Amino acid sequence: MGRKTPGLNTSSMSDISFLLLAFFLLVSNINTDQGIARRLPPPLPKEQKEDIQIKERNIFVVKINFADRIQFNGELGDIHDLKDRAKEFLGNPNNDPNLPEKTQIDIPLLGKMDVSKGVISLQNDRGTSYDVYIAVQNELTAAINEMRDELSREKFGKKYSDLNDKQLDAIDMAIPVAISEAEPTKIGEKK
Amino acid sequence: MARFTGKKAKETPALNMGSMSDIIFMLLFFFMTITTMRESSLYVKITVPKATETVKLEKKSLVSYINVGVPMQGEFQKKYGTESRIQLNDMISEVSDIPLFVESELQARVEADRPFVTFSIKADKDTKMGLISDIKEELRNTGAFKIFYNAAKGERK
Repeated sequence: MGRKTPGLNTSSMSDISFLLLAFFLLVSNINTDQGIARRLPPPLPKEQKEDIQIKERNIFVVKINFADRIQFNGELGDIHDLKDRAKEFLGNPNNDPNLPEKTQIDIPLLGKMDVSKGVISLQNDRGTSYDVYIAVQNELTAAINEMRDELSREKFGKKYSDLNDKQLDAIDMAIPVAISEAEPTKIGEKK
Repeated sequence: MARFTGKKAKETPALNMGSMSDIIFMLLFFFMTITTMRESSLYVKITVPKATETVKLEKKSLVSYINVGVPMQGEFQKKYGTESRIQLNDMISEVSDIPLFVESELQARVEADRPFVTFSIKADKDTKMGLISDIKEELRNTGAFKIFYNAAKGERK
């Protein structure tokens, strides 16, 4: 047997790893981004000039002007009413002839469901502030989320956020995100 | 069996620090996995709008950011003015630069991931919608349909 190798002094090892740890804590961030997810429609084919005709009862027009004032279906409105108006429009619980039609669609897990044909048309001005635009998108999302939550409690007895992927897909099919955005108007644009 | 031989230890024995570094390394790896690297530094001032119905942005590696806001005070304002501008990666850019940006962001990912790339619009709340609409139109024409409006969770007054 040879001589014993002297033990390495490893006490500074922990200091080095502490330094590394502190460095990573500084350059990284934990908080994840939050926000509202949307899907843009594919661009229109060039030949298609005419708009697709939608029946008047199936459309709910929300307009925001350059001064951030909001209009529903031609009358001035308040943002706090938007969620209830959108829910009433998309849900149409009493089958009102002035509110959107429904089509029966066979959805896995849910069976035959009445799916609303209603579309919320959102139009803003080029001078509308992003803040108000997000507020409106937020209210519309809230309306859809509440409806989905209600349906999910009725059908599965659980919150929408607790459902599994297949159940989520089924609910999403029954209550789609029917928001269509029109070309913005150009009144409030500074040149 | 020093305890029974009657030999009394006068000094307190030195603590074994050998496993200390292992523990710290474990902490280090823990933080490395749960955190993400900070994004490129911002040249524009952004206060995102508040919203209540926010969702978390999943899969950070599949997200590209489009920052919109007024250039920071000081040299950036001298150089780029005080109107809202777009920042792509490390550059203040024009709306017409977006198709190229989208293309390069898609090229940077594996082909299987490309349909899932989300473009996150991180815009200041005082931005005018004209600019945002232009960005959305460009994204739409380039085939980037998954978008995300960054917003902070919180009640609006």
